[in-house]
Amino acid sequence: MSSTVASLDMPSGEEYLLPSRQHITGFGFYLYLLSDGILFASLFAVFAVLRTATDGGPDGHMLFSAHNAFVETACLLTSSFTCGMAMLACDRRNKFVALVAFLVTAVLGIVFLTLEVHEFADLISRGDGPDRSAFLSSFFTLVSTHGLHVTCGLLWLGVLLVQFLGRGFTPAMLRRFLCFSLFWHVLDVVWIGVFTFVYLIGGYL
Amino acid sequence: MFGKLTLSAIPLDQPIIMGTCLVLIFGILAILALITYMHKWTWLWTEWITTVDHKRIGVMYTLLATVMLLRGFSDAIMMRSQQALASSNAHGFLPPDHYDQILSAHGTIMIFFMAMPFVIGLMNFVVPLQIGARDVAFPVLNSVSFWLTAAGALLINLSLGIGEFARTGWLAYPPLSELPFSPGVGVDYYLWSLQISGVGTLLSGVNLLTTILKLRAPGMRLSMMPVFTWTALASNMLIVAAFPILTATFAMLLLDRYLGMHFFTNDGGGNPMMYINLIWTWGHPEVYILILPPFGVFSEVIATFSRKPLFGYRSMVVATMVITLLAFTTWLHHFFTMGSGADVNGFFGITTMVIAIPTGVKIFNWLFTMYGGRVRFTSPVLWTIGFMVTFTIGGMTGVLMAVPPADFVLHNSLFLIAHFHNVIIGGVVFGCFAGLTYWFPKAFGFRLHEGLGKAVFWCWFFGFYLAFMPLYILGFMGMTRRMNHYDDPAWLPYLLVAECGAVLIMIGILLQVTQLVWSIRHRDALRDGAADPWDGRTLEWSTTSPPPAYNFARVPKVVGLDAYWRVKQEVTPASTEPFEDIEIPKNSGLGFFMSFFAVIGGFGMIWHIWWMGVLALIAFIALIAWSSWDENDEFELSAAEVARLERAPSHFA
Repeated sequence: MSSTVASLDMPSGEEYLLPSRQHITGFGFYLYLLSDGILFASLFAVFAVLRTATDGGPDGHMLFSAHNAFVETACLLTSSFTCGMAMLACDRRNKFVALVAFLVTAVLGIVFLTLEVHEFADLISRGDGPDRSAFLSSFFTLVSTHGLHVTCGLLWLGVLLVQFLGRGFTPAMLRRFLCFSLFWHVLDVVWIGVFTFVYLIGGYL
Repeated sequence: MFGKLTLSAIPLDQPIIMGTCLVLIFGILAILALITYMHKWTWLWTEWITTVDHKRIGVMYTLLATVMLLRGFSDAIMMRSQQALASSNAHGFLPPDHYDQILSAHGTIMIFFMAMPFVIGLMNFVVPLQIGARDVAFPVLNSVSFWLTAAGALLINLSLGIGEFARTGWLAYPPLSELPFSPGVGVDYYLWSLQISGVGTLLSGVNLLTTILKLRAPGMRLSMMPVFTWTALASNMLIVAAFPILTATFAMLLLDRYLGMHFFTNDGGGNPMMYINLIWTWGHPEVYILILPPFGVFSEVIATFSRKPLFGYRSMVVATMVITLLAFTTWLHHFFTMGSGADVNGFFGITTMVIAIPTGVKIFNWLFTMYGGRVRFTSPVLWTIGFMVTFTIGGMTGVLMAVPPADFVLHNSLFLIAHFHNVIIGGVVFGCFAGLTYWFPKAFGFRLHEGLGKAVFWCWFFGFYLAFMPLYILGFMGMTRRMNHYDDPAWLPYLLVAECGAVLIMIGILLQVTQLVWSIRHRDALRDGAADPWDGRTLEWSTTSPPPAYNFARVPKVVGLDAYWRVKQEVTPASTEPFEDIEIPKNSGLGFFMSFFAVIGGFGMIWHIWWMGVLALIAFIALIAWSSWDENDEFELSAAEVARLERAPSHFA
């Protein structure tokens, strides 16, 4: 038994700081994002299994436009870059640059979503909707789950920007922007997986 | 306007269901009337429904679990009675259609709404206290998690009186659970209630994981954490890693059913085996999510009541972590017979058997902790010893079934049913009751009646053996699971014994209710030494019972294992350090309102009332945005106020 402890209480004069709330929230949100990664991993695995289950219908090579997917990728990657710029501006407490960079992020996100919806509408109008075959079910589900995340991100960013205009760089604002940027970057990572496995390997190569 | 919902959804022609519903409705009305009569609505709202205090949320989780235990047990004893009555020419009292719903509801409710909330409730209550924290990392999120679980529980119980429940078994295997074969709302009740509660569970896992990794008291390294906290860490890691798979799998089945997709269908290239693989990559880790925290409870109980440090702390931690990793490598043993081939079956057979090694290490550690100790045979210790005997038997039958050729004989027989009840009742349930008895005085300031507690244990213990040992024999005799009726009269005697066991367990449950009521009525006599009634070793016993909202007036400092035990070995003057201001999270109605709209939305989706689902979704999003508007989610308790509370005899006076 140790004999150095006199009491459970902190000895006087010794400063102990718990991790900051920013740090704790960021860590917790990161754990959530890991779990989201597993959700996507399940959908990727399902896509891998069902890729050839076309039920006599079209496969990826006949359906996907690498051109469209490339523009989508460019939009999303650029939006990740502008999101990073916005976070740098937050670090320097530059409200104007942060606002502009977040707005550009949002616009690029909207362009991405528009392209995706356009692609989906086109496929469905040609009779190649998610109920056509197991392959198309898994394609639509994987890609639109990512798209749903982007939509949630945009709603979230919208609310954050309205709050930001009113109150500026409060600790809560900075914490939320940190979580949002983590979220947005992870969506980019997932999209790189989608682009590679669905559009390049599954459609183009 | 109301989708598939018509008045015919209420099974007016089923006397058993309508009788149960009437009793339930009158029971709920009586409770509501009592609350109104006693003017307790404000109290209920401010002290419980909107609370974000991890201790009260833990208590509410446990309460939900015990209520669901009653529901799940009612299903169980109905099935036992049906099988005791439905031999040869007799057909029992349950038509097959109803019987199939009961067996599905029993499994679903017992795992998702009894075992899970019980284990999460214990972790919620105990973990922050054991690591010297003032609350969990995200208190409001904690309340949201609880209320989403409660929403799922409410939805699944609505299926009793409005419509029907799934007839698919507790995991809803396709293609049976697909639209052509289950066109009713039963599977939809199943899917939506589990999706909603599953989100709650995932968020709770993220929350507790962050709490354990970031909020430990100064000086408490990972290697100084109490074993219960270690097992909670492992369990929550598994929750975060496994529950997204369940969410994705159920989402795909929903898409099949609602949008005509072809993930698991027979046609369109669908692959039902993929569902079975996916559901078990969640399902096997789930087994360890449930059993690891009870392992932690037994570790705390056995060390405390043997008055010795736990034997082999490090090997216990390593064993826990090895089990955590291996949990993801064994899922295929649930379907050896479904065509994977000898090589794959061999691999998963071996990984399954390997898990017996770390578990065996644990059993020996508990035995060696008792060896040479002065063991006090209180009811938590009885649960622990009962567990060690019972769980070892269940473990051995598990290893037997891990041998693929043996599994080909035993698959889907009552042998399997006996095995998993052997480990779940003998492990999880016994562990939950041990933990309930052990930490009850910490939560409420008085102990449970000990004599009744022992009687409860013996009823459950012998009841379990009577109810399930005959099922092992019946499995060897060829009786398969989920049978509504059978022709072989040789099975009847064993099923009658099993029925007696179920009745004995029922007596145990009635005694538990008696114990609770008796203890509450005589609480003043049961208060002696309530802050530390068992001579505990870990930090939760160093604060008052019940602990104040902030848990610890001064943040404890830790230098080693069994932090509180060390302190008690030395005579120290009371600290004269001044108190500090403490930030306390404010109450929040977010969880309750989200749960409200989750029920509305889920109900709308189940019955294809689309406007209801959309409306609830919009309300859901608006609620989250609205709740983010107020940045001041904490209030400050001044040092002077803390000092006053610390002098007061009871914090809940």
